[in-house]
Amino acid sequence: MIVLISKRQTVAWLSPFLVLVLLFFLVPLLYMLITSFQNSDGFTLAQYQSVLTNDYILQGFKNSITLSVISAVIALIVTLFSVYAIMRFSQPVREKILILTNLTSNFSGIPLAFAFIVLLGNSGLFTLLFDKWGISALSSFSLYSWGGLLLIYIYFQLPLALMLLYPIYDGIQQQWKEAAALLGASTWQFWMKIGIPIMLPGIVGTFSVLFANAMGAYASAYALTSSNYNLVAIRIGSLIKGDIFAQPELASAIAVILAVTMVTAMLLSEWSISKTRRKL
Amino acid sequence: MKKRGFADLFFLLLVVYLVLPVIATMLYAFASNWNKTILPEGLTFKWLATLFQDAEFIQAFGRSVLLSSGAVMIALLVIVPAIFVIVLYFPKYEKWIQMAVVMVYSFPGIILAVGLIRVYSKFGVPMILVVLGAYVVGILPYIYQGTRNSLRNVDARQLLDAAQLLGASKLQAFTKILLPTVYPGLFAGALLSFSVLFGEFVLINLVVGSRFETVQIYLMKKLSTSGHIASAVVFIYIVLMGLLTFVIARLTKQSKGATNL
Repeated sequence: MIVLISKRQTVAWLSPFLVLVLLFFLVPLLYMLITSFQNSDGFTLAQYQSVLTNDYILQGFKNSITLSVISAVIALIVTLFSVYAIMRFSQPVREKILILTNLTSNFSGIPLAFAFIVLLGNSGLFTLLFDKWGISALSSFSLYSWGGLLLIYIYFQLPLALMLLYPIYDGIQQQWKEAAALLGASTWQFWMKIGIPIMLPGIVGTFSVLFANAMGAYASAYALTSSNYNLVAIRIGSLIKGDIFAQPELASAIAVILAVTMVTAMLLSEWSISKTRRKL
Repeated sequence: MKKRGFADLFFLLLVVYLVLPVIATMLYAFASNWNKTILPEGLTFKWLATLFQDAEFIQAFGRSVLLSSGAVMIALLVIVPAIFVIVLYFPKYEKWIQMAVVMVYSFPGIILAVGLIRVYSKFGVPMILVVLGAYVVGILPYIYQGTRNSLRNVDARQLLDAAQLLGASKLQAFTKILLPTVYPGLFAGALLSFSVLFGEFVLINLVVGSRFETVQIYLMKKLSTSGHIASAVVFIYIVLMGLLTFVIARLTKQSKGATNL
């Protein structure tokens, strides 16, 4: 290091940034944590007790977790095969596909919910089509329910999964495949013994990001079902927004538990990644 | 080659699944009447025209642009210098920035909203400023990624040292040498941030509500009243996002190309 900067300059450049992170990220989160243990009398565990004994809130957690896990698994499987197919295309084509995926990754929240209403809502394109074909099992499909939410969740998981898996897949080198083939391994054997084990930590990591992504999703579920379908994020939203029935302390406790769930998922994936690394 | 066909099938499924809702919504925005038939009964520009005559929409659009670009500007002014200082002079502290990036990225708006309301609602601070602040911090991951990638590409440390050894002042070295080289990556990060914020709904809806009606809130309102107007809004949204994605892709390619020189 030849040219240094003075201490004063360092402070001047860094402090606005630090103040912003403190004011609009750390302090609110910390305050939320404190609130969750507080009521008019001071310290209390009452909020947590009511969360853990309230069947309605617990059901919200259960619904969110199920939805997140299933949407993440489906998105992972679809993208794993898709990336395999994409890799066989030429570089320029691959780039175009990635741009397209990038575009759809912005398509989430309210616009996405609306797009699915156009397709599968009460008078949606496919609803009418299935009706005409007389497939009543499909035409009576209700978008405003668990199944509809799942379709939308899978939609916003797919581009994210693809973007996360693509570089992991890119790391599998052609030479390894050739070497394995020269030594007599079939494509199937290559993937089972070499490819997938190498990618596994990345796949687990991707899964946990997808899980967290779905757990925290709010806008599309809200747009589709208003507050009717019981999800954690929706519960938190209605507890802080209701002007008369606002229960910020309870909302804080639920939010803390949601955060803990997501952090746990992240840690589990870290742990499994380090474990797989050691084995390799 | 059986397996190839299998993978291609999944890929086709992926593309159709991702593209179909986009196309259907765009079609719906131009459909004159589409309630009982499978394809629209006719095409019209009526909905788009109505939308553009709606002062409420124009204002909502203006607010969205103002809020998102304001947050991006502040982020560029505040976050970029901080990343520069840390990456260039205190590389050992970079892991703290990375930790902040991961945390900001993984904490969803719904959790942050609870804290923001708790802390600031009783101080009488205009809540829109609170959202603005949260937006600035929220785009840290995208700004960091853009800046960091460019800095890595050019070996900024040595470039800066060389410029200063040749007699450039610190300011000159920053503005004349470093900034132009990292510009494409930085700009791509800024546009990406803008598009993310433009689609944000959770914080603005929960923290501020209809007092500051952005495009997303306007769209939410139209969802229950007029499907055609809603689809016109989504159409404009998709076109805007498409343009941004295209520019970002070009910029990213450009900044990658710089390494090959």
